[in-house]
Amino acid sequence: MEVLDLARWQFGITTVYHFILVPLTIGLSTLVAILQTAWVRTGKDEYLRLTKFFGKLLLINFALGVATGIVQEFQFGMNWSEYSRFVGDVFGAPLAMEALAAFFLESTFLGLWIFGWDRLPKKVHLATVWAFAIGSLLSAYFIIAANSWMQHPVGAEFNEETGRAEMNDIWAVLTNNTTLVAFPHVIATAFLVAGTFVAGIAVWWMVKHARADNGHPDVPMYRTAARFGAVVMLISGAAVIYTGDVQAKLMFEQQPIKMAAAEGLVETPDGPAPFSLLSIGNLAGDDPASVQHIIEIPGLLSYMATGSWDGEVLGLEDLQEIYAERYGAVDEFGELIEYRPNLLVTYWSFRLMIGLAVFSAALSVLILWFTRSKRVVDQPWMAKLALVSLPMPFLAGSFGWIFTEMGRQPFVVAPNPTGSDQIMLMTMSGVSEATSVGEVITSLVALTLVYAILGVFWFRLMQRYASEGAPHVEYEEPSEDPDRPMSFAY
Amino acid sequence: MELDLPLVWFVIIAILWTGYLVLEGFDFGVGMLLEKVGKGDRGRRVALNTIGPVWDGNEVWLLTAGGATFAAFPHWYATLFSGFYLPLLLILLALIVRAVAIEYRGKINDDTWRRRWDWVIMGSAWVPSILWGVAFANIVRGVPIDETMTYTGGFFNLLNPYALLGGATTLTLFLSHGAIFLSLKTDGEVRERAEAVARTMAPIALGVTATFAIWTQLAYSVTWTWAVVAVAAIGLVVAVLAGRQGRFGWAFVGNAVAIAFAVVLIFGSLYPDVMPSSTDPAYSLTVDNASSTDYTLTVMTWVAVILTPVVLIYQSWTYWVFRRRVSSHHIPEHSSLTFLPKKSQAKQ
Repeated sequence: MEVLDLARWQFGITTVYHFILVPLTIGLSTLVAILQTAWVRTGKDEYLRLTKFFGKLLLINFALGVATGIVQEFQFGMNWSEYSRFVGDVFGAPLAMEALAAFFLESTFLGLWIFGWDRLPKKVHLATVWAFAIGSLLSAYFIIAANSWMQHPVGAEFNEETGRAEMNDIWAVLTNNTTLVAFPHVIATAFLVAGTFVAGIAVWWMVKHARADNGHPDVPMYRTAARFGAVVMLISGAAVIYTGDVQAKLMFEQQPIKMAAAEGLVETPDGPAPFSLLSIGNLAGDDPASVQHIIEIPGLLSYMATGSWDGEVLGLEDLQEIYAERYGAVDEFGELIEYRPNLLVTYWSFRLMIGLAVFSAALSVLILWFTRSKRVVDQPWMAKLALVSLPMPFLAGSFGWIFTEMGRQPFVVAPNPTGSDQIMLMTMSGVSEATSVGEVITSLVALTLVYAILGVFWFRLMQRYASEGAPHVEYEEPSEDPDRPMSFAY
Repeated sequence: MELDLPLVWFVIIAILWTGYLVLEGFDFGVGMLLEKVGKGDRGRRVALNTIGPVWDGNEVWLLTAGGATFAAFPHWYATLFSGFYLPLLLILLALIVRAVAIEYRGKINDDTWRRRWDWVIMGSAWVPSILWGVAFANIVRGVPIDETMTYTGGFFNLLNPYALLGGATTLTLFLSHGAIFLSLKTDGEVRERAEAVARTMAPIALGVTATFAIWTQLAYSVTWTWAVVAVAAIGLVVAVLAGRQGRFGWAFVGNAVAIAFAVVLIFGSLYPDVMPSSTDPAYSLTVDNASSTDYTLTVMTWVAVILTPVVLIYQSWTYWVFRRRVSSHHIPEHSSLTFLPKKSQAKQ
């Protein structure tokens, strides 16, 4: 193993792990804010109970999300110092803005929200949870802007003297068209994750109570939560599919080889390109000619790529030649450059992403249908399905990221076909030079172990608090009484 | 007048580190002293809840310092973090488990559970308290850097007497800072114990910091920073004297001034370098050769000028909202869940 491979594994493990937690925080913070708003406006006890219930789960999740986020920011310097030198002038800006504009907002107002129930007037306290939710959305915007620049570098030019990309238009960086479609896609996914989380847990509880005792007083509360979650799932599911489609069309222009790899499209087809549902053969990359598609939908790929059912889509073999001509056939060691990303990973992660997301969106229709006009669900299979569905959108999101990052290889900064050709960086050129194999192994093992242990605690706490159900709470008006016990303490 | 933007950003990054070390300095101090001032579970909770609503916001100063260094001095960011790899990894691991420990400690109503997380909170406060000082001292001292701005020193090069003294400096400063903070923010037995620790620690912090500052002056610094050393010394003397008289508000101000001026001393000694090379001064990273372009620095200056005051306002407001001293009668009974649901406990 070389530093490069180890650093890539570390980045993959820490990032996928971090991004299991983040979408739930982003989506759930807004959903909790909506629930608390409903309570402030209506005064109904069930909204306060749901706010506290999902708020507690949000906090358990946020703690680990923040903790693992710290690594994300410093890892660029530790393992990818040459990448940092090349991109810092551009990429560092959204990162610093994220800290200054978003992280402060999130962390400060979360503290106010947790500890402020008995210290702040009701509406001011409500504003703190909204500030927290807005902070988490803002942070997503800046980090997506940074990532999108790696997919489609704009607003910068290559300086030969300094050997790096230099920013000349911050507005172009922040309004990169890649960002403008990736951000809604990522946010819609976050709401799909959070909506499924709320609906899944609520359906499970509704079934449990409805079966145990038909008149259980908590059934209507969980029904409300289930329908609320399902509506969020339905809207966000539709948004995920729509934004994904827009994004795919853009990707065919900006990173055609990534999309051809997603399709396992080896040769450029004559006429309309079909969408492959199942393929066999050697997708791992050393024998692309053996790839055979078993089930295909005629013309769909042409439509996905170009918006026309018979648009031309280039295959990997042609694209490899085009890339070799444009960006060089051999690397600095004289070896042929393989511009094809790993086919196995890109082909299947793309399909799993779509399949799992569609599953969640479809589930929402089922929940809404079964709970229509005051109906209550009491079928045990629905409770089971609700639990099984919980991890699905998390997995869909993870596969989406694995696809988009692995599909960018061998580049860490992909060349922009319509921009400056010189702004691009191979992943192998971005790795740290000062760092030894031993150091990266140490950090890879240490981080993976610590993450695994903390992940167990995270899971057990989430499970424990979800299975306890919404607590009974009594709201006490804030007071200045100096001797009153804190409403919450560690 | 044309602004010297790299210098402006050198100053901004010094300010961000000051904010971080002054604020998280007392968070770490509270963490390290949890057992010492807390004694029992309730006492430990009194101590921990003084930083409860603010510690997370305080830590963002570090993320901002990191992000600002990446944006304004990419080479500094790249050389520093790839070079100081293992110490930084230890700091990151400590910060990760610390964040989780603080949040998860009270989530399960079980003495063993809380006890274990308390040890994690303490351990994860000691590690960065020492290592930040080691890291900054090494930066001032200079480390082997070659002509490609790459650190060539390895791990053990970072463990030298001067750097270890730097570690002792941040450690004693933070212990004293945390004890003074607890003296200000608690009441009852915890306050008494914290005041005793503060009275002991303040003179030790004065002694260690003075030794470090004079060594820095004699070996690595320039003439004008003697004035900085003097201000830091006055701050620490105030902390000692005010602590003796029980005036911990003044002691806190004195200690905070000392930490701030220690940062000024570090940055003042460095300038115009940001990471001097001990291999050859020509290979040193400087504010000019490590910085971003003027365009990027201009953009970032606007962002900082607009957003920093807003952040300062709402962070200060948080401290105002939670200004009350915490005492053991403020701490509610444990209301969290046990590991097993009640029903299955009954079955067993």
